[in-house]
Amino acid sequence: MALQDKYAELLQAANTMGVTNLAVAEKEGTLHVSGTAKSTADYDALWALYDKIDPNMASGDLMMNIDIKADVGAQLKVTTDKTNLNIRSTPSTEGAIVGKAAHDEIVTLVEKTDDSWWKIKTKDGEEGYAYAQYLSPQPN
Amino acid sequence: MKLNKVIMAVLILATLGFMSCKPNDADIKTKVEAALKADPMMASTTVDVKEGVVTIGGECKDDACKAHCEKTAAEVKGVKSVVNNCTVAPPPPPPAAPPASLTTVLDDATQQKVKDGLKDIKGVTVAFVEDKAVLTGDVTKADRMKIMQILASAKVKSDVSNLMDKK
Repeated sequence: MALQDKYAELLQAANTMGVTNLAVAEKEGTLHVSGTAKSTADYDALWALYDKIDPNMASGDLMMNIDIKADVGAQLKVTTDKTNLNIRSTPSTEGAIVGKAAHDEIVTLVEKTDDSWWKIKTKDGEEGYAYAQYLSPQPN
Repeated sequence: MKLNKVIMAVLILATLGFMSCKPNDADIKTKVEAALKADPMMASTTVDVKEGVVTIGGECKDDACKAHCEKTAAEVKGVKSVVNNCTVAPPPPPPAAPPASLTTVLDDATQQKVKDGLKDIKGVTVAFVEDKAVLTGDVTKADRMKIMQILASAKVKSDVSNLMDKK
């Protein structure tokens, strides 16, 4: 239970925020936390807490697999640093680039293929897979 | 009688012809050496010839090379037989197995997910060791968080002890 104590503040915050499907399990020296945050702001706050409790997240003892609530049809903002986000034919960088979404562009979620790749559609009708890390669900 | 004479003449001519065409040992040696040296694989062989019997020595890299040396020498005109004294170099030691610390239990798809995500983060390299992604490089605070988020999405544990803060 030591890790749950260490990250108690984070778990408390997740509860307060109303993270859905929150699951917490300690396994082989790693605390696994998963769930769906209501918003990008909640998600960012949880990660900031992680970094605060475990400076630089250096211990590697927390696996925080939290995603952000985004239903099919949700609006997603492209959160690359500056560059365009590649849209690919398959959910992998092996996939051919079938389109690009600009930095800060809003695209539509078609399918949450897995935790790393989402299928999206741009306003120009380009459809394909993009890396979920660079897609931030927008409040409705 | 005429026929006998013809036969005799043919025999004599044949014998003379054979005698005159028979290369001497020195010639054979030169030819065998030239044939062997033509192939760099067999360049370090030695050749000795005595009455048409060629003795080859030196070191060959493998059995195939040794057999090839013998065949090459035997094909030289005038060679009666070949004594093959070539030695075969011991095979190089097998490549050492990768140390256990460099093996990973993470499958290719998982590794690919991590690599896909890290592609856009400059100056960071990743290695997969056991069940962890080991990251090396200099990163900003924002990048560090992004890296951790990428690893969490791929459900991969992290080792960030070699990840330094960008000054």
